[in-house]
Amino acid sequence: MQGSTGARRTSFGIFSIATAVALTLTGCAVSNSPSTGNAGGGTLVVGVTSDPDTLFPWKATQFQSVNVLQNIYGTLTEFDTDLNVVPGLAESWETSEDGLSVTFALRQGVTYADGSTFGSEDVKFSLEAIMTEETAAVAASSLASVTAVDAPDENTVVLTLSAADAALPANLAVLNMAMLSSDDTEEALNTTPNGTGPFLFEERTASQSITLAKNDAYWGDTAKLDTVEFRVIPDESSIVSAMQGGNVQLAVFDDAVVAQTAETGNVTVEATPQLSYHALQLNATRGALTDVNVRLALQCSIDRQEVLDTAALGEGEITGPITSPAYRSDTSDRPCAERDLDKAADYLAKAGKSDGVTINTIVSQGEYSTSVNEAQNLKSQAAEAGITLDIEVLESGAFVDRWIAADFDAAVALNGGRPDPDGMYGRYFTSTGNLNQVAGYSSPELDELFAAGKQSSDPEERKEIYAQVSAELENNAAWIWLFTSYTYTATTSDVEGFTPMTNGSLQSLRTTSVN
Amino acid sequence: MLRRLSRNPILRRILSTFATLIGVAVFVFIMLRAIPGNQITAGLGTEAAALTPTQKAALEAYYGLDQPLVIQFFSWIGNLFTGNLGFSARAQESVLSLTAQSLPVTFELAIFSIVLALAIGIPLGMLSASRPDSPRDAFGQVVGLAGLSIPAFLLATTLLAVLASSFGYNPNGEGFAYFFDNPLLNLQQMMLPSIVLGFGIAAPIMRTTRTAVLEIRANDFVRTARAKGIPSRRLQFKHVLGNALVPIVTMTGLQFGYLLGGAVVVEQIFSVPGIGRQVLLGIQQKEYALVQSTVLVIALAFVIVNLLTDLLYRLIDPRVRAK
Repeated sequence: MQGSTGARRTSFGIFSIATAVALTLTGCAVSNSPSTGNAGGGTLVVGVTSDPDTLFPWKATQFQSVNVLQNIYGTLTEFDTDLNVVPGLAESWETSEDGLSVTFALRQGVTYADGSTFGSEDVKFSLEAIMTEETAAVAASSLASVTAVDAPDENTVVLTLSAADAALPANLAVLNMAMLSSDDTEEALNTTPNGTGPFLFEERTASQSITLAKNDAYWGDTAKLDTVEFRVIPDESSIVSAMQGGNVQLAVFDDAVVAQTAETGNVTVEATPQLSYHALQLNATRGALTDVNVRLALQCSIDRQEVLDTAALGEGEITGPITSPAYRSDTSDRPCAERDLDKAADYLAKAGKSDGVTINTIVSQGEYSTSVNEAQNLKSQAAEAGITLDIEVLESGAFVDRWIAADFDAAVALNGGRPDPDGMYGRYFTSTGNLNQVAGYSSPELDELFAAGKQSSDPEERKEIYAQVSAELENNAAWIWLFTSYTYTATTSDVEGFTPMTNGSLQSLRTTSVN
Repeated sequence: MLRRLSRNPILRRILSTFATLIGVAVFVFIMLRAIPGNQITAGLGTEAAALTPTQKAALEAYYGLDQPLVIQFFSWIGNLFTGNLGFSARAQESVLSLTAQSLPVTFELAIFSIVLALAIGIPLGMLSASRPDSPRDAFGQVVGLAGLSIPAFLLATTLLAVLASSFGYNPNGEGFAYFFDNPLLNLQQMMLPSIVLGFGIAAPIMRTTRTAVLEIRANDFVRTARAKGIPSRRLQFKHVLGNALVPIVTMTGLQFGYLLGGAVVVEQIFSVPGIGRQVLLGIQQKEYALVQSTVLVIALAFVIVNLLTDLLYRLIDPRVRAK
């Protein structure tokens, strides 16, 4: 058949044109890319999987928003890389003898990005607005003890408290406590951030990238980088190939497997333990779980290391309630530090449930990768002790809805941690805490301990108090704390001076440089 | 009156388009609200549990969630007629301007993919049809099957990983370049996603071509033409392929429509800021206005492409015109 020859020739012709075009484009690209990678040595591209969902610091809770905005806005206090509270926009602060007022001496000569000067009226404006409910600022409850904010002069702010609050300095260090200019409105800041931080907002293309430039007027050491671009590459493995292609120099991964694939040639990966923790939350107000013996039986039936090994490939550390380095709970000091099925049986017998119990457990799918695996492992371990975890896998939106309504017996959860144990658990485990309904547990003992922790400003004494808080929580099996995981910071070899932090903060971008 | 209207093909077409769009609008509106969670919980996550009732009310008013659903629906529809597609709180931009940026990107991607798919699919289909049940036919069929069965995400990640790790080549790792800003980089960035999408669509086009060519070759007029001594090559292209084009055009139009909405995975992996990614982001953030209006725009595009396809094959096939 002659006819077919013609068709074939044509198809090969099209193929070769396509190939030629492809090769030409490829050739151009290869010669192109090195020059665009790191011109001038002062441009860093950070690969991120999602776009900030808001640029307004008081409402930003999404990881990506916090990471970006933290470099733009200033807070009265800050954390250093070991999470100690250090001066920020407040140069120093002093607590009165009775603990009922705190006087802040503000740093002088600080300016906002728009050129206006930072002063006590901005602090007064910011703190009062954060406390106003209509603002819907997420950190409002951290200021619950504040009854008045006064600005006696340009550089002094006095907070009057209803009760001593040792956690206040740490609570003031988070982005949701950013000091905004009293001339600004939320509407304006939604599109044009105006802060006092080491970087200035330069430009944003929604869902693609956000670029910051060095703030030459910054009150501290000026940032080394000229610009930082947060480039949105939604797929983590695409970020890895962008790093290998030399287009991205820094990225933070949650997934150990992805991090592993990134570690080639000139990319190094560093694992950092996190403050956030995986736990099986128990709702002690519902069903069988109202009995402490049932909760303890469940606790004794779980080998935490096994959960970590099977669900998260052993990537992490088993943990007690408090995860911050300074107050870290001792994991050997808890009921059934090792799995003990005999003890579990004893507790069940004590509860009169030797025939077994069933606990409805919710778990989210898609929010983080290990959730369902954790639930399955917990289920199989608990089953050996005669406890049935009835697992309900929910889409993450549905999970959040149920979680917020405290509509569960037990929940497999990944919760965020905070450097200060009061900020971390006061809202969950005090009877008036605004998340107490979700936590499902409180006791007069805990109320007293948390109050004492807030009263005391002596670090050693506070350590002792929060050790007791830990013990109280675990002895009553309020929840079952499982493990903390790592985040993985991947950097190309030309990046210098970046220190990953256990709270996931990218604040050390200000000391980072690209050679 | 109504009967007369329904007899006019163009009017009938417009009416059915309108009905389709209303159906899509109602469906999307209801489905979106059936998903648990809203913009507040999407933004704040579990932190939303700490909101006091006053704080919650303030946020609901800000996002317009305090209105009854019926009011929300009709104010959205009403606004559409004035060209107001809504506002994205995340991007702090109107949905109209976001769509104006993202739709052309997906459109460009779709055109490249289709061109690539035609360049692979038609020759391959003709090759297969040229000698049915021969090794050459088997080859065509296998390539077609591969195109259908290899998932886009697999092909995409493999391409990216191999090119990036072995050759350090990854144009999609750079910031996205719009065609009119940087055509060269834009073409490079479109190349890999177009290959992935094009390969997937090449398969149905190949199969359609094969079937159509075989069918037409069996017709009397081809035998007559051959008997009249028309050169084989001319016969193949003018008579056979010319007639086979009708089903190919239909299939292409259909695929093009799907591409406009269906490029989500590929756009996500290659960081192409097209309309598929816009919908995905909107769903993640529970941005109702963004998702509703974007889906409607995609539906409109689909309908228009179908209409154009119709017109095109009236042009190609005189028999359709005669009806």
